[in-house]
Amino acid sequence: MEALAGLTYYTVAISAVILGIIAVAVAVIIIRFRKKPGEDGEPHQDFGNLKLEITWTLIPVAIVAVLFLLTCSTMRAIDPPSTDRDPDIIIIGHQWWWEIIYPEAGVLTANEVHLPAGRPLLARLESVDVIHDFWVPEIGRKIDLVPGHPNYMWVVAGEPGVYIGACAEFCGTQHANMRIRVIAQPEEEFSKWLKAQARIPETPAAGIAADGAKIFQDVACMNCHTIAGTPAAARVGPSLTYLATRDTLGAGVLTNTPDNLAKWLKNPNRYKPGSLMPNMKLSDEQIKAIVAYLEALDEQ
Amino acid sequence: MSSRIPIVPESTEPLPGLGENTGLLSWVASIDHKQIGIMYLIGTLFYFIVGGLEALMIRAQLARPGSELISPEMYNQLFTMHGTTMIFFVVMPFLIGIGVYLVPLMIGARDMAFPRLNALSFWLFAFGGILLYYSFFTQSGAPDVGWFAYAPLSEKPFSLNNGPTYWALGLLVSGIGSLISGLNNVVTILTMRTPGMTMRRLPLFVWMILVTSFLLVFVIPIITSAFAMLLLDRLLGATFFTPSFGGSAILWQHFFWGFGHPEVYILILPAFGIISEVIPVFSRKPIYGYEFVAGSTVAIGLLSLGVWAHHMFAVGLGNVANAYFSLASMLIAIPTGIKVLNWVATMWGGRINFATPMLFATAFILEFVIGGLSGVAIASVPIDWVVTDTYFIVAHFHYTIFGGSMFAIFAGVYYWFPKFTGRMMSETLGKWHFWLTLIGFNMTFFIQHFLGMMGMPRRTYTYYDMPYWGSMNLVSTIGAFILAISVLVFIWNIIVSLRKGEPAGDNPWNGWTLEWATTSPPPVYNFKLVPPVRGRRPLWDLAHPEAPDEPDAKIVTEGRNG
Repeated sequence: MEALAGLTYYTVAISAVILGIIAVAVAVIIIRFRKKPGEDGEPHQDFGNLKLEITWTLIPVAIVAVLFLLTCSTMRAIDPPSTDRDPDIIIIGHQWWWEIIYPEAGVLTANEVHLPAGRPLLARLESVDVIHDFWVPEIGRKIDLVPGHPNYMWVVAGEPGVYIGACAEFCGTQHANMRIRVIAQPEEEFSKWLKAQARIPETPAAGIAADGAKIFQDVACMNCHTIAGTPAAARVGPSLTYLATRDTLGAGVLTNTPDNLAKWLKNPNRYKPGSLMPNMKLSDEQIKAIVAYLEALDEQ
Repeated sequence: MSSRIPIVPESTEPLPGLGENTGLLSWVASIDHKQIGIMYLIGTLFYFIVGGLEALMIRAQLARPGSELISPEMYNQLFTMHGTTMIFFVVMPFLIGIGVYLVPLMIGARDMAFPRLNALSFWLFAFGGILLYYSFFTQSGAPDVGWFAYAPLSEKPFSLNNGPTYWALGLLVSGIGSLISGLNNVVTILTMRTPGMTMRRLPLFVWMILVTSFLLVFVIPIITSAFAMLLLDRLLGATFFTPSFGGSAILWQHFFWGFGHPEVYILILPAFGIISEVIPVFSRKPIYGYEFVAGSTVAIGLLSLGVWAHHMFAVGLGNVANAYFSLASMLIAIPTGIKVLNWVATMWGGRINFATPMLFATAFILEFVIGGLSGVAIASVPIDWVVTDTYFIVAHFHYTIFGGSMFAIFAGVYYWFPKFTGRMMSETLGKWHFWLTLIGFNMTFFIQHFLGMMGMPRRTYTYYDMPYWGSMNLVSTIGAFILAISVLVFIWNIIVSLRKGEPAGDNPWNGWTLEWATTSPPPVYNFKLVPPVRGRRPLWDLAHPEAPDEPDAKIVTEGRNG
């Protein structure tokens, strides 16, 4: 990213100088060469000057050469060739959410990418439907998720913290609400998180949460969603195994609280019009039970 | 000798109409290049208003974060139709239309080489637009997949409505019109020039129309094939662009931008031509470095065919391909810079009359330089990785297409309106129009550079409530409404000037090219007698027999310059 700062600095500086020269020239022209009252006849007819033409062709050639060399070196610095190694993260674009996989740890999650601060990870980017673009300004370049054409990118977050990003390639109705959160953690915290996510939760045995578990399977939630350790293993919608640990719902449209989760379940299209999650016409009791179930998965 | 050759005398009778019958049929059935040109201009003014209203709705929705004025579905239709309309039904047909009107006059010809094909081009444009806009009245609504219609979003599983079908059909029809008009211009310019009008004396506007026309002939077939393939995919179940069945999503992008990038030069080269006519006349000096201005146009035309994938730096083509397309794109800055410097040098030492056409032409230089410089910045791959698909790009191409093409179009309208109608446009209203446009345009778009650098993605119906984003977007929206007022002033100026404008006479601006040697508006047959051409500025040579541009040139009176 330091290389990029340098490139940007030179580009902006060169552009400012060129714009400045033209603007000053135009200003001088407006003041000096405006037709003044009483001036008659035609000015000196000047048809051009070969030396001047050659000069102002060669100077831009030199500028372009410099910018191009800087471009190439920066490009290599930002996007070093990935070796044949396996990716550390797989990011899969869906209309309109992100599926995140940590293949080695066997973790399947959604919309929030956890990274060890300071350590670059190799990401593979794919899409199951249309073209998306993964973009979190602070952690890497913009790169498309193209169906049938996996891309690779190094992602690295310098400091622990939360970084916000979004889909950058128009992908349909809810392109605007296909947001990304990157949570960079110190190495130890990150591996703790990874381990916790990989654990298979126990299905609640009694109480309202157990009712929720049953409803989850009965009213067809499981046709689209995964919950590890249950028959629910579909990947049409985001995995809900540890939904309660995430910060937002609906790829960034709501803060993740039990109340908001209930509102979302009541009518997803109210908060994300066009969302592919249908309104399942759940009763308030059913919603309460499902919320209790999804929250309970994280409490063991 | 030259002073005895008569120029068409100024008409003492009422301004002549075109053809004997002035009713609607005389227009619909017309194959006269001037009537067809005027119909193009009226058609594009209509679409300019429609596309402008779409832009206003977009800006109204974005005035604050989280606005629920417009549904996401509607917003996606609006920005798709705004882009498609402004590019395919405003800027491109306007420039084709003004070319159709002016090229035969500027080269001293009676009409285009193929007058009936000329009419066919216009009607294909008109009906293509109607076909596209008809989609608004269908149940599924207008196309909503962007003006670039990236596959597979534009394919059946993801766009089950008929919008993209109407989009591809409408553009396919109007595209064939553009292709035919390109061919027509190439033949007209190469074969119909009046005696003495060699290629080295061709007005620069005609040079730029010639290069543009070659581009049309080369690149419209690319997009026409792509439309046909998309329609096959959508209607007959082919799978050219659907990866799940073995097609390629990236292939569509190569086809689209293979056409789409030369297309932006199709939108700007004739605008360069207008500027290259206006600046010398109002500076009272010949164009500086004629050969370099004309030659750089040819260079831009050739280079433009090899830069398309700079729209695809984020696709993952690999760094070798990225580096090539980066270099090729940057190279275009060189011939473009040559043009700008020659325009500035033309003005330098002039005795400049800052009438409305010249105001727009002067502003054009600065606005276009901003758009050009941001263009060089995003030709640099790593910078593009940061700002592509953000409002920086929106700012960049509005500086080239509005600050560039549209400013030149306004300059051209104020410059040639007297020739088209026989009446001058109001200078007072013209100045109001200019200043409102200048303020409104820069207010709308300059701030979007910063929004883009701050990470605001484009093509989103709503946006994060990040610090300053709301207020910056509000400024942009207010600018857009000022721009809308400026357009109203412009339309009012046209209406008032058509009815009460000062009679223009043949040559109100003291211009030098042949269109000013006939009446305003020109008679059906254009010229009773074409003045002799023995230099680049035939009317200068007539007015200044003591100091002609080419003192040694012989007067040729016979034979075409085929």
